[in-house]
Amino acid sequence: MILGKVLGNVVSSVKHPGYQGRKLMIVQPIDARGAPDGDTFLAVDDVQAGAGDTVIVLCEGNGIRQLLGGTPPIQRLIVGVVDAVNT
Amino acid sequence: MNLGRVIGTVVASVKSEGLDGLRLLLVQPLDEQRRPVGRPIVSADAVQAGPGDLVHTVASREAALAFEPSFVPVDSAIVGIVDDVYVEVPA
Repeated sequence: MILGKVLGNVVSSVKHPGYQGRKLMIVQPIDARGAPDGDTFLAVDDVQAGAGDTVIVLCEGNGIRQLLGGTPPIQRLIVGVVDAVNT
Repeated sequence: MNLGRVIGTVVASVKSEGLDGLRLLLVQPLDEQRRPVGRPIVSADAVQAGPGDLVHTVASREAALAFEPSFVPVDSAIVGIVDDVYVEVPA
């Protein structure tokens, strides 16, 4: 999993059924101090994360299918809202 | 999974088994401000996207899952046409 910061969300009405009813967020990968570290990407939200939240993102399909069930074509899932990172 | 802009279509009459019948589009990945990032990718279209559409793509095995139940040898699929992008916080 990686750390990211939620920048906002994406709305699309025409989409694959696997995305029906799921929130799609824009995430900026960040380093341990919270600084941007890489290109932004999209992730489905599973924990009601909001813009500005630091989050944990699962980046692998098998684990995602385990959490969501079925076989949705999803490869990034926000699985945690971070309270603190102690280094 | 990424934002992207459909910038073209890719026609290949000679191609591997399993790719026939798929609509292959050329997609330029974008960042949250819709600026181009990296090189364009060939992506299999699962939602009837058209040229100029803002879309979102999924990669790797999960791209093939967009075309279940048949096995489809692709590593990128267009799985949504994007209506709006709301960036509330700077990167």
